[in-house]
Amino acid sequence: MTLEEISRTIEAEVITGQDSLKTEVRIGCASDLMSDVLAFAKPDAILLTGLANRQVVYTADVADIHAICFIRGKRPDEETIKLAEQKGQVLMTTRLPMFVSCGRLFKNGLTGLGYLDISKRNDRG
Amino acid sequence: MTEDRSFTKIQELTYELRVRDAMVADVITVRPKQAIHDLRDMMRDKGFSGSPVVDKGKVVGLISIEDFIKCLAQGEMDVLIEQKMTRDPVTLYADEPLVHAVKKFDQYGFGRFPVIERNGRKLVGILTKGDIIKCLLKKLEVEYHEEEIHRYRASHIFEDIVADKTNLVLRYDITGKDFDRAGQAASELKKALHRLGIQPEIVRRIAIAAFEAEINIIVFTDGGQLSISVCSERITITASDSGPGIADIEQAMQPSFSTAPDWIREMGFGAGMGLCNIKNCTDEMNLVSEVGKGTTLEAVVYLNGKS
Repeated sequence: MTLEEISRTIEAEVITGQDSLKTEVRIGCASDLMSDVLAFAKPDAILLTGLANRQVVYTADVADIHAICFIRGKRPDEETIKLAEQKGQVLMTTRLPMFVSCGRLFKNGLTGLGYLDISKRNDRG
Repeated sequence: MTEDRSFTKIQELTYELRVRDAMVADVITVRPKQAIHDLRDMMRDKGFSGSPVVDKGKVVGLISIEDFIKCLAQGEMDVLIEQKMTRDPVTLYADEPLVHAVKKFDQYGFGRFPVIERNGRKLVGILTKGDIIKCLLKKLEVEYHEEEIHRYRASHIFEDIVADKTNLVLRYDITGKDFDRAGQAASELKKALHRLGIQPEIVRRIAIAAFEAEINIIVFTDGGQLSISVCSERITITASDSGPGIADIEQAMQPSFSTAPDWIREMGFGAGMGLCNIKNCTDEMNLVSEVGKGTTLEAVVYLNGKS
């Protein structure tokens, strides 16, 4: 799905990154726990999250994620938006809750990470 | 082996590139009601060797230099083009992958195909085998050039500079409890490693490990240092602080074990996954800590696979 299709599907307002809406995204990743995003997210995913601080932008940047959608109408502060612009990220916000946002995207063809081998992490942990 | 690889590369490109990328957009066309002798001027002025016959924007035929020569031999110069042209010629869509065009050249043995839009079937260009070869060569040249620049960046430091051992150290000072800036060092480090020409997948692993180490210093200590040492065969992350230390390292390494305060959990961290993440992203990890003195974490990623 393109970011444009995603924003339409979950009625999201684009905060920054209008120019990149044609970008194709393969995977959705929904989490409020940034460590899990760092551990499991795949590049070229869109991150859906209820957190709206600067660390979300840093986390996405480090994890090669270039699009973030805040749910339940959350909106980051101006400094966070500026940071996202610097890092070339697309930010959007939807009034829908997390479950409904994910459900709609999944129904429209966006997939998740698939089966995660969490045991591997436990073994090594 | 080189030959094999370049063959695959060209095959890959024929799937990646579209007919539109290779075709010549500026097409000379003729109308069905024109006489064959009109072609003579075109041959002289424009180096014509074949041309689509277009009526009301649609391709209705194809007339080639061979058709012209036949007419010349039989003295049929006043005959209309529509009587001598090949009707309903095989066309290509502008958005088709180039590989389809290659197959059609093989299949039909024609010298050229008119290129049309999928919607409306309007003529937009013409494609010959030569156009395909030109397009592929150009693309290969561009990619080769990009690859060269990319490699030059890395070699600039690790090959051009003559020394028995070259080691580049990037150091970031981390302020304790300054959560606002948490992630900044990892993000800057990531950019720096990209510029050095390190493979993206390795940059990602290092950046994730560095991010977690940075968060740990900020959350649990009054500050410390994150240093990343890059040499030709490996990258080493060292995170050190003079903070409270870890009493039980084995316990701290357990997934989900956490002593993080609530405020940090609300920020999306502190779920006890940090050290596991570092371990999983790197090839080697070593943690040394003494309560009351501080902690030093060292993690290594090998650049050419595990040594």
